[in-house]
Amino acid sequence: MDKKAMIELHNIVKRFYIGTPNELEVLKGIDLTVYEGEFVAIVGASGSGKSTLMNIIGALDRPTQGTYTLDGVDVIAAKDTELSKIRNRKIGFVFQTYNLISKTNAIRNVEMPMLYAGMSGRKRVERARELLELVGMGDRMRHLPEELSGGQKQRVAIARAMGNDPAIILADEPTGALDSQTGRKVMDLFHKLHEEQGKTIVLITHSPELAEETQRVITIKDGCITGERSGTGR
Amino acid sequence: MMIFYENIRLALFSLKANKMRALLTMLGIIIGIASVIAIMTVGNSLTTTVTDSMSSMGANNITVGLQQKEQEEEVTDEGMSFEGRKPMKTAEESDYFTTEMLENYCETYADSIVALSATETLGSGQILDGDLYANVAVVGTSLGYFAANDTTLLSGRMFSEKEMNENAKVVLISDKAVDNMFEGDIEAAVGSIVQISVNGQYYNFTVVGVYEYVESAMSFSSSSDKDVSTNCYIPLRTAKDINHTTGYSQFTVVTTADVDSETFAEDTEQFFNVYYRNNRYFEASAFSMASMVETMTDMLSTITTAIAVIAGIALLVGGIGVMNIMLVSITERTREIGTRKALGAPNSSIRLQFIVESIVICLIGGILGIILGVILGIAFADFLGTAAVPSIESIIISLSFSMAIGVFFGYYPANKAAKMDPIEALRYE
Repeated sequence: MDKKAMIELHNIVKRFYIGTPNELEVLKGIDLTVYEGEFVAIVGASGSGKSTLMNIIGALDRPTQGTYTLDGVDVIAAKDTELSKIRNRKIGFVFQTYNLISKTNAIRNVEMPMLYAGMSGRKRVERARELLELVGMGDRMRHLPEELSGGQKQRVAIARAMGNDPAIILADEPTGALDSQTGRKVMDLFHKLHEEQGKTIVLITHSPELAEETQRVITIKDGCITGERSGTGR
Repeated sequence: MMIFYENIRLALFSLKANKMRALLTMLGIIIGIASVIAIMTVGNSLTTTVTDSMSSMGANNITVGLQQKEQEEEVTDEGMSFEGRKPMKTAEESDYFTTEMLENYCETYADSIVALSATETLGSGQILDGDLYANVAVVGTSLGYFAANDTTLLSGRMFSEKEMNENAKVVLISDKAVDNMFEGDIEAAVGSIVQISVNGQYYNFTVVGVYEYVESAMSFSSSSDKDVSTNCYIPLRTAKDINHTTGYSQFTVVTTADVDSETFAEDTEQFFNVYYRNNRYFEASAFSMASMVETMTDMLSTITTAIAVIAGIALLVGGIGVMNIMLVSITERTREIGTRKALGAPNSSIRLQFIVESIVICLIGGILGIILGVILGIAFADFLGTAAVPSIESIIISLSFSMAIGVFFGYYPANKAAKMDPIEALRYE
């Protein structure tokens, strides 16, 4: 397989210091490579370190040691402002709780990452509209988050994550707050983005069933990768 | 730049979302700015009124009078004497300026002096003719008085040199007095003989002219036209003769336009103080009208500024209110801040967002405050009977000041928001 590596994590260790004697090692040397166009699931129970790993992959947090290259960019060496830029251009976040900006309508929410990227107004609106249509929210562009259902909110959030055409989409329990039926629709959307747009998607979940749908399932336990296998598909 | 516009839009949005809270927060700023503007407006209009009315008395005039000398500390038998206190003494006839002094003065500075105005007040009285009367104040004047006060003659003539020197019983009366005595017929008034009652004595005077009465801008006259008291002028010597006096306690000098009145006032003081070197209690003092206007204006503006500064404290309290509400706002919006950071907002743009929000609160508050302040100022000036002058200067200053408050009190909360850890912020419930 001669594919381009999107995420290259090497020997990632993360320790938290809660007072000198209480050193807590959450990640104990993670090696992980995700290739372009892959749909990967990271599975683990709560407390396994998967959230910390996600924060590091999402450039929200820095590892205590190790190397991390994202789409050819050395994330470890980046300064704070460069990290903002990496989050803005290379990563599309999808959160369990959607995290849409309240009192701001759907299209404005989708425009937000493009705004921080410095895209001009007209282009922004055009792209936001395209994306909302792609996720099937074309008819609710002017709705406020408060007026949308959970599934609809998550679709807007996915459109937002796509705003700057990021290298990876990082989805943290995207169906966690949804009932199984709407959760299904959201998962279908991820598959669509993966298949039609060729997006690299990293899905963090504690649900083994959802993980099975992806191409590769990485199991994490007590800060170590304990298993890696192919998903069984839908 | 785009982010800046977006921030203004966002700020307005978040204000709209919390209308009541925004209004209450702004109230501090509104009250602060409004009181500053109102005070400045009233102060300005008072200053303008005072300056105008004083200037109308003649900007080139110098008033010369007597003042008590600074005395060396004297140890008296009475024991304790308060430091800086000196016994008050009333100037007596022997202390006054003499005619001789004035004549010498006029000769010495003939090039600089247009006229010398001295007055001798007889007192209040009435012009009487049967049932008709007009209230008057009888004032003896030198010819220079009319030049010093820009008196306009409506009919007749001024006093002649001869009348001035021969203590003639001639009088100039105001058009108001003519209204009361001659039913407004100015021509009938000139040349007629009127009886004037003053200090219990009756005098017959020939009316030689009628002048136009100008209401003083500073007088709050409540009396009707019928009872209004106007000056009627008689020759100086005539008045002095009646009062049995010869000296002058004070007089006014009208200088030529090219003379620097302040320097000339100093020269005048020096000239007269030669005569007063041996006077134990008094010396001459001369003020130019210009310097008096300046002193008055300075004093008024100092008072105005002092009160405005006190009102400014309300602004400070308002600013603290803004800071408080901004801190509440960023706590409420912690998740939003975390989300924005995750979406790639740099710290600087989070900081800008909240500073802009704080500026917008303060600016809107400032604009409302200015409107309220101008209205209050106009109403108050109207109540005082002066024309309101809302100063553009104070409006611009308060606008920029309210913006500065926005930046100053917005910076700390905004910086707190900018420095939030995105992971913590995203997890915030």
